[in-house]
Amino acid sequence: MTDAATTDAAPPANGPLTTADGRPLKSALARAERMRRVKAMLLVLPLLLFIGITFLSPIALMLFRSVDNPIVADNMPRTIAALEAWDDHGELPDEAAFAALTADLAEARRNRTIGRLATRLNYETGGLRSTVTRTGRRAQRLKAPFKEALIGLDGDWANPETWATIKRLGKRITGVNYLAAVDRRYDVDGNVVPQPEVRRIYIGNFIQTLWMSVIVTIACLALGFPVAYLLSILPLRYSNVLMILVLLPFWTSLLVRTTSWIVLLQTEGIINDILVWSGIISDDGRIQLIFNAEGTVIAMTHILLPFMILPLYSVMKTIPPIYMRAAASLGASRHYAFRRVYLPNTLPGIGAGCLLVFILAIGYYITPALVGGQDGMMISNFIAYHMQRSLNWGLAAALGAILLFGVLILYWVYSKLVGIERLKLG
Amino acid sequence: MLKPPAHASPLERIWHYAFIAICAGVFLFLIAPLIVIIPLSFNSLPYFTFTEEMLALERDAFSMRWYEDLWSREIWRQSMVNSLFIAVCSTVLATALGTVAALGLSRPHMPFRAFIMGLLISPMIVPLIITAAGIFFFYARIGLTGTYLGIILAHTALGTPFVVITVTATLIGFDHSMTRAAAMCGADPARVFFKIVMPLILPGVIAGALFAFVTSFDEVVVVLFVASVEQQTIPRQMWAGIREEISPTILAVATLLIVFSVAVMTTIEVLRRRSERLRGVTPA
Repeated sequence: MTDAATTDAAPPANGPLTTADGRPLKSALARAERMRRVKAMLLVLPLLLFIGITFLSPIALMLFRSVDNPIVADNMPRTIAALEAWDDHGELPDEAAFAALTADLAEARRNRTIGRLATRLNYETGGLRSTVTRTGRRAQRLKAPFKEALIGLDGDWANPETWATIKRLGKRITGVNYLAAVDRRYDVDGNVVPQPEVRRIYIGNFIQTLWMSVIVTIACLALGFPVAYLLSILPLRYSNVLMILVLLPFWTSLLVRTTSWIVLLQTEGIINDILVWSGIISDDGRIQLIFNAEGTVIAMTHILLPFMILPLYSVMKTIPPIYMRAAASLGASRHYAFRRVYLPNTLPGIGAGCLLVFILAIGYYITPALVGGQDGMMISNFIAYHMQRSLNWGLAAALGAILLFGVLILYWVYSKLVGIERLKLG
Repeated sequence: MLKPPAHASPLERIWHYAFIAICAGVFLFLIAPLIVIIPLSFNSLPYFTFTEEMLALERDAFSMRWYEDLWSREIWRQSMVNSLFIAVCSTVLATALGTVAALGLSRPHMPFRAFIMGLLISPMIVPLIITAAGIFFFYARIGLTGTYLGIILAHTALGTPFVVITVTATLIGFDHSMTRAAAMCGADPARVFFKIVMPLILPGVIAGALFAFVTSFDEVVVVLFVASVEQQTIPRQMWAGIREEISPTILAVATLLIVFSVAVMTTIEVLRRRSERLRGVTPA
């Protein structure tokens, strides 16, 4: 910065301030700020892209799968076109539709896609799988008039409902998976009606999942609160030792902890042995503690308890003991001081712990799958079932989307109440 | 602390001892299930419960047979190698990506900080079953199912939130004038990073790396959905063992994993104290 440079850049007496190289100070500052922002962004960018590609795009794909319905539209293009004009009022479509169906099924059989088509139709109306595969086998040899031929082959083709199902599933974007996920379906006239009683499982299971998560959360709070309080008032050298008892389960593999609960809870297991030995129950009267909802709740409470104790502890640690003494010196009983002074101060910890435990509990899969049996099923188990066994991926995606939506709302509440930045570990 | 104050009324005394008893019960609930597994893994008989001989501490009642069984079985050895390989790869990736991102997030000029933080943490919040289902659809489309790369990438995504959180935590209260001072003394950005920033955030980085490692090492849902038999990992082998032919070999694995988690926990605790000392934060 020579003298010449400064005099060159010297501002006119009433003009804006400029930097050494003559640019207005304001814009130079803005530029420097922008550069810093860009630099910060550049540091974050690699991870943001990575998470975007390997995590967010799969989730988006799953959400798309929940409304995507290509199988029928791809495999029955002629039938869908022929059914365009047909609106079902308890009547069968015309001969053209029957001919189109025969041609479509024959082609689907040649392309070996008929199995998937039959399965997709079967999700919607039970029994259609065999109808479609049987018709597909003979479609090549059928002769006009196709209406009589098809109806002669299988009575389902004489049912307008079958045709309504095909027409409805012919739409590429569909809400049927979401309807199925809340135990609803379309009837013949296209109205939304509840599923027949025996097929209503998901609403009940959503309620069961919520209910079990609530119980686990309450149990964690009830067990975690006294322990967190004790840890927060003990001198550091004792509380550090006791903290190990909380942190060790926290760091131990989930499968190890689930295994140990199986060992403990089974009918020939240690808890039953102790009960028999102490004479509380007889040897024939061993209690069924595993493969039901109770066993799942016990194991999940154990697994999630550290997630309650740690945030509670970190909040309680910051409450000065002087508050309670002040309340006592003003004449409050210990009970009253606890209720009116201490408890309100712990609310942030209670909120954080409960939300964390609830969010984790609601999407739990491993423990209910291993300990839960039939009664202890949670919604995650149904998602896994439809992903791996029934292969009804659309329904699995819809159930997943509903669960995801619930968790995201809770996550949002958590970020508002607690703040994501305050999420601490260990 | 274990004694009630001298001036306590009888009711307060009862309440105090009840409180101690409740806490003892909860600690027992937390730790007993882990402790119980250890002696059972030395059972010489294929039972999951203490035999009378074991309770009488007879020598024959204990044996190493389940550990020998574990060692002799190819599938467990292979799972061990796979688990370690996948966990190490995804830890390295997650730590590198997460640390750099945390440095950016902690800069005072970071725009949309809360929103981006929310996105980066989301793999930790979204239930694993949903992540697994999404990744399954995604990998089926791009042909990554049944590959090591696929699992490593998925585990990396699951591990990064922990690195971001722990490193951001060590950067709270980070004095940015130190980096500026180093720069003024003529250090280039790389030198500033390795000489000034890195030593200070190292405890957070290692803690985050350990979290990422344990996350990958313990993860089973994604593996169940997208791995083939070739990528069998320890948790998946345990899962299969519990579901199909439950044998005390599982208890031997569990015991080894408990020993492993004691090591992890100790490391984290040592690091936490070191970090507090370095940053001049006195323990409360």
